[in-house]
Amino acid sequence: MAAALDATPFNFVAIVLLVSMGAGLLGSLLGLGGGLILIPVLTLVLKVDIRYAVGASIVSVIATSSGAAAAYVRDGLANLRVAMFLELATVAGAVTGAMLAGVVDGRALYFLFGTVMAYSALAMLRKLREDGSPREEPAPGALADRLGLHGSYYDASTGQRVAYRVHRPLTGLGLMYVAGTVSGLLGIGSGALKVPAMDLAMRLPLKVSTATSNFMIGVTAAASAGIYFARGDIDPFIAGPVCVGVTVGAFAGSRYLRKLKSGSLRGLFVVVLLWVSYEMLAKGIRG
Amino acid sequence: MSLQVPEPPSAEETAAAGHPVVHPEAVPLTPELLISNLLRGGVLLSLSLVVCGMAITFFRHPDYFSSPDALQRLTSPDSVPHRLPDVFEGIMAVRGQSFVMAGLLVMITVPVLRVALSLGIFRAQKDRTYAAITTGVLALLLLAFFLGGVE
Repeated sequence: MAAALDATPFNFVAIVLLVSMGAGLLGSLLGLGGGLILIPVLTLVLKVDIRYAVGASIVSVIATSSGAAAAYVRDGLANLRVAMFLELATVAGAVTGAMLAGVVDGRALYFLFGTVMAYSALAMLRKLREDGSPREEPAPGALADRLGLHGSYYDASTGQRVAYRVHRPLTGLGLMYVAGTVSGLLGIGSGALKVPAMDLAMRLPLKVSTATSNFMIGVTAAASAGIYFARGDIDPFIAGPVCVGVTVGAFAGSRYLRKLKSGSLRGLFVVVLLWVSYEMLAKGIRG
Repeated sequence: MSLQVPEPPSAEETAAAGHPVVHPEAVPLTPELLISNLLRGGVLLSLSLVVCGMAITFFRHPDYFSSPDALQRLTSPDSVPHRLPDVFEGIMAVRGQSFVMAGLLVMITVPVLRVALSLGIFRAQKDRTYAAITTGVLALLLLAFFLGGVE
């Protein structure tokens, strides 16, 4: 049984649709994916089995990623070469993750989700404190040169083209495998793992990291979504409204509302995220 | 009363009114634009199918507005069509949930098509390294679908 709610099918769909819109909206405001917010609500509040929640979330992740990437790619912010190179690792990771999800039991999924969520919340807190001072350049690598990964983007705020060099492509590849596995296991985009890998390890500018991460998330999620579909974990009755709701919410969030800059409000969300991650961890331990 | 001479419409206005104009800075169809259009078109097609499917479901089953029992059946594992022939059969029978599933499958296919399109672009640019990398990504994606199928 996927859901244990005493409601009519229509009420259920309406609630799922509204909740997903909220998750999409909040996700785009916070710069997190919708999945991180959606899965706890589906499982803890609507009592949906975590496997179906993950299956529904993974499809909505493709939707939001593709929608956002369409704009980033047109504006030339996403580095298509870096994306394609790293997708080798994220897709391999996603396949691993989705296969593991078939054998790992529900409690372990809750536990892992709680851990990743706590990490993402703390990463957000760190971003809050970041001062943006220049960083020292690591030694140039031959592989990044040979692959022609370096690029440039147009910075709208200064009106100039900014050229950048890419470092440590192999470290990036390793980190992306981990991010892909987490994405495949939990049905989230795991942008919270991808962005730091590019930003901190490979030294891409933050804007390029964010845009490229968004671009890659769709392909990563598609790999695991294929496996979830074949396993019967994508229930159209749940995944349908989730997909529509998250997309509409995320679109509205990016179109009509500015990204949340206020430090105190973001701090509040970090507290909420930590509390939810505690709930998920507790469910993983108690069963 | 002065006679108002209407300003000639700008290129953007004319284009918005549906008359295609070739203006000097017309944007060429770059790889970036191709990929961007593919992503947007795919997402729109998928969402339309999902919304249509949901509408068909409730249109064909008025009892879904009143009966809580139906929810248990709908969210139980057995009701999920998870093989392509099942989905196709359901669409032929105008089953709403099969339309929703078809929409979700279109969504899953969009990134795969994006990789395939990138492969075509890299090949056209005679970029052999990236054509090889992209082939690798595409092969991994197809492997994922194959692995899921045999599980």
